[in-house]
Amino acid sequence: MYDFTYQKPSSIADAVKLLAEPEAKALAGGQTFIPVLKQRLNKPSTLVDLAGLGLAGIKAEGDKITIGAMTTHGAIAASPEIKKAIPGLSMMAGWIGDTQVRHCGTMGGSLANNDPSACYPAAVLALNATIVTDKRRIGADEYFQGMFTTALATDELITSIEFALPVEKSAYEKFRNPASRYAMVGVFVAKSAAGVRVAVTGASQNGVFRHTEMEQALSGNWSPDAIAHIKTPPGGLNSDIHGSAEYRAHLITVMAKRAVAAAS
Amino acid sequence: MGFEGIGASVRRKEDGRFLAGRGNYVDDINRPGQLYAFIRRSDRPHARIGGIDTGRAASAPGVVAVFTGRDIEADGLGGLPCGWQIHNKDGSPMAEPPHPVIAVGKVRHVGDPVAVVIAETRQQAKDAAELLVIDYQDLPGIASVRDAVSPAAARVHDDVVGNVCYDWHIGDKAAVDAAFERAARVVRLDLTNNRLIPNAMEPRSAVGECDPSSGDYTLWTTSQNPHVIRLLMGAFVLHVPESKLRVVAPDVGGGFGSKIYHYAEEAIVTWAAGKLKRPVKWTAERFESFMSDAHGRDHESVAEMAITEQGTFLALRVSTLCNMGAYLSTFAPCVPTYLYATLLAGVYKTPAIYAEVKAVFTNTVPVDAYRGAGRPEATYLLERLVDVIAYDTGIDKVELRRRNFIPSDAFPYQTPVALQYDSGDYEATLRTALQAADWDSFEERRREAASRGKLRGIGISTYLEACGIAPSKVVGSLGARAGLYEVASIRVHPTGSVSVLTGAHSHGQGHETTFAQLVSEQLGVPISQVEVVHGDTAKIPFGMGTYGSRSLPVGGSAMVKAMDKIIAKGKKIAAHLMEAAVEDIEFKEGKFTVTGTDKSKALAEISLAAYVPHNYPIEELEPGLDETAFYDPKNFTFPGGCHICEVEIEADAGMARVVRFTAVDDIGRVINPMIVEGQVQGGVCQGVGQALMEHAVYDAQGQLLTGSYMDYTMPRAEDVPDIKVGSETTLCTHNPLGSKGCGEVGAIGSPPAVMNAVVDALKQYNVRHLDMPATPEKIWTIMRDGQPAMAAE
Ligand SMILES: Cc1cc2nc3c(=O)[nH]c(=O)nc-3n(C[C@H](O)[C@H](O)[C@H](O)COP(=O)(O)OP(=O)(O)OC[C@H]3O[C@@H](n4cnc5c(N)ncnc54)[C@H](O)[C@@H]3O)c2cc1C
Repeated sequence: MYDFTYQKPSSIADAVKLLAEPEAKALAGGQTFIPVLKQRLNKPSTLVDLAGLGLAGIKAEGDKITIGAMTTHGAIAASPEIKKAIPGLSMMAGWIGDTQVRHCGTMGGSLANNDPSACYPAAVLALNATIVTDKRRIGADEYFQGMFTTALATDELITSIEFALPVEKSAYEKFRNPASRYAMVGVFVAKSAAGVRVAVTGASQNGVFRHTEMEQALSGNWSPDAIAHIKTPPGGLNSDIHGSAEYRAHLITVMAKRAVAAAS
Repeated sequence: MGFEGIGASVRRKEDGRFLAGRGNYVDDINRPGQLYAFIRRSDRPHARIGGIDTGRAASAPGVVAVFTGRDIEADGLGGLPCGWQIHNKDGSPMAEPPHPVIAVGKVRHVGDPVAVVIAETRQQAKDAAELLVIDYQDLPGIASVRDAVSPAAARVHDDVVGNVCYDWHIGDKAAVDAAFERAARVVRLDLTNNRLIPNAMEPRSAVGECDPSSGDYTLWTTSQNPHVIRLLMGAFVLHVPESKLRVVAPDVGGGFGSKIYHYAEEAIVTWAAGKLKRPVKWTAERFESFMSDAHGRDHESVAEMAITEQGTFLALRVSTLCNMGAYLSTFAPCVPTYLYATLLAGVYKTPAIYAEVKAVFTNTVPVDAYRGAGRPEATYLLERLVDVIAYDTGIDKVELRRRNFIPSDAFPYQTPVALQYDSGDYEATLRTALQAADWDSFEERRREAASRGKLRGIGISTYLEACGIAPSKVVGSLGARAGLYEVASIRVHPTGSVSVLTGAHSHGQGHETTFAQLVSEQLGVPISQVEVVHGDTAKIPFGMGTYGSRSLPVGGSAMVKAMDKIIAKGKKIAAHLMEAAVEDIEFKEGKFTVTGTDKSKALAEISLAAYVPHNYPIEELEPGLDETAFYDPKNFTFPGGCHICEVEIEADAGMARVVRFTAVDDIGRVINPMIVEGQVQGGVCQGVGQALMEHAVYDAQGQLLTGSYMDYTMPRAEDVPDIKVGSETTLCTHNPLGSKGCGEVGAIGSPPAVMNAVVDALKQYNVRHLDMPATPEKIWTIMRDGQPAMAAE
């Protein structure tokens, strides 16, 4: 990696101030960003470590669960509140990377990065969660804007993510990229006050997207059979050495069926 | 002391230091005043170098020197040598284009070294390397063997016509053609052996140093054979006499063949250390391993078997195109020839075999031996072909194999492709494996899996391989530019502890334990009193190193011979001390006894007398108890066996998983069954990786698409079930231990077993063959397309 200065502010205000510098970058769990730095694909002037901001923690209060941006995948997977209220989210977090990755990587980092094959975007979109930043609240439908692109401004920090309860059904199934084990296709299905929502990650060139045809079918009949016939057009899906667009299109239905079955 | 000799599963002596993080690897070695090298590598598959502007890099902070290929040339260094010369069908020698240490004029693969920056810190060297301005003029690149031989192909080396390194053959073509004429049937199979990247856990590393007072060089390197590196680098590249060059390969974290070869970086750091009068270190980053460690396999073959109505094999005809990469790596030429085509008889009595092999240059990383080296390619071809014959003829695949086995009373057995097998019992390994794998009850498991939405299949492979390379005279006649004996010194110290100095090198095999057990067995010394010394040319006699599962059959045999000398000398000393005739002394369990009496002397008493020769037959006998033996094997050894695999395929997504694996191998005498089990299991994991996951993919022009673990699929622990390991033993008849070698059997026997299981699982889709790796998408495509082509002839 290239040389940079390291800062660990203890208030959000200080962090935002530091991030206003043009080449400053936030550092959360480092599970995406440190490999990027090691490959010299990014040359920040300052790394602003978010670990001193008190942004980690899970709060369950009646009609919502709030997850601090710096909460690790490991903590989310282990939380009894989440397991009970949103089992799909718990399942998803427990299936990211390996133990080391899960104990460093954070939900905020994953959402800010919005890797097209990351898992959280599917959960957040399907559960219609709200991204809370130091400046505003952003609905999931507005937040994701294509691969590696979000509604966040460069100096805007995610502070927490809110999930409205109750969530009647939730499950995540991913077909892992054989090499990287990221989602080659990941499907999160949920039924909540926001209705039935199906979010697909890993498959599309534009990042996570909602599968409205499946949502409609499942709204009438929550069963794998209800979506078995649904075919996703391969146009616009990713194609690489691990899977063609046609194969990914096929996997969307397979994973969605499995997720619905798991949430039945 | 409990029993620690031959056959005891004692715990590995070396593991304490490895598990506690106290191993001493090359990158752990830091010399006073050490500099760091970073190598700027080509990101182009094929380009002319118009010029290199080193100015900004050379003046960057901390930079001590920047060298290009021209600097190496100007100093009169040689290119990297090739250790094996193959001859073409017409008797002419293979094409052997120069292999510059650093590219001169042209780069020929992604990863080819273009310049080296040497600086005070690793970081500074890397920073400065980015400042080099290289003027590339791109040339058309080629990656696949088929493209390389197409008439329109660009040339990788200007002087190599058609990109052909050699066009070689073996066997009796006329006899094979005649057999095909009269055969009832011919079964043909076209198949690919996928290209692999070895991925040793420890990346390569090298530290060079030049002693300012003596001018002696030392190279610490991640090598499987330090003497071979000393010879090649000293004699051919640096022109430094061996007496002035020491090569040390300390703890090495895995090799799988990829650390046999002499690599450019070894020469660069050693040469630069002399030039700059400071030690120089280079350690590969993982991305460099992908593009600079020699790759493995990469064959395209057509195999045809002529058979009778009953499925008796009459003749085998094979034509193989194989990829050498951009340059010849140290032993590359012998892998697809003498380590491959000579294995095409396998365990079968096929009376006539003819194979032709064309090796070609491409704009890819050099390809050389990788765990199994040639034998996995032969085994995969043969064992897939046998299954396809069963498929085409409807003959049961086990029965078909049995009908064609070389019977156990036919040894020594001369194959039509040069090798003579000394021993084996293929029916025994087959029978034991079928039983251990519950072969007969498989259909129940298939039905049960179907109820879970899984397609289950079973596959078998009955394989044979050749280890213990090799009789020096034989390999010399086949083009080897080295002898392949092994050496051992057994040094009994004055108070009775023992050092074993061996030319074999351990990079995960557990030699410190296995070799100590040999000493325990033969000299009766507890293994805690035995120290195994290896990997340092300043300490050990000139040995050839570890590859081809040779350490025990060849290196161990040298130890046995050296210990025989120790015992013979000890008897003379004992006879003197106990005033008896030498013929009356017997040696057993560490004691020299006068036959028929209770008079005896322990080994430690004899060794003390040998080093403090006050009362000693000094007139007839030299003092000391230190013997060296060189052992040149009389033949290869021929391990073999039967591997059985069961896979389950997800009917909806196409993902295949190995759910059961049984390996029953005949590796001759076993010294430590636990270590053998680990070796077999490790090899099987790599075989499962090759069959289902691993694939080094280049685009058509030669860009490496699988340059990191994001895209190159390695098998993980969760991808392999508990592997059942069994054995059936016939002894090697021509070495003193009877051992055949176990390091590669797992990687050789398993890929066809896995692929045969995948094809069996897809039975309902009428699949005849699919190429490795059997990725989920390939399998899904077969399932989607329903019934593909019927059995082709
Ligand atoms: C081996 C491995 C396997 C993995 N497998 C998976 C997988 O299967 N599925 C999956 O989803 N992910 C996977 N990941 C990625 C992992 O989940 C990362 O943790 C995650 O993508 C990034 O989170 P982080 O906390 O590490 O963020 P960092 O790497 O620290 O940061 C990522 C980016 O987000 C920015 N950022 C971080 N926090 C904030 C914030 N609060 N506000 C604004 N910007 C912020 C940073 O500036 C940076 O640009 C894997 C990673 C590895 C190394």
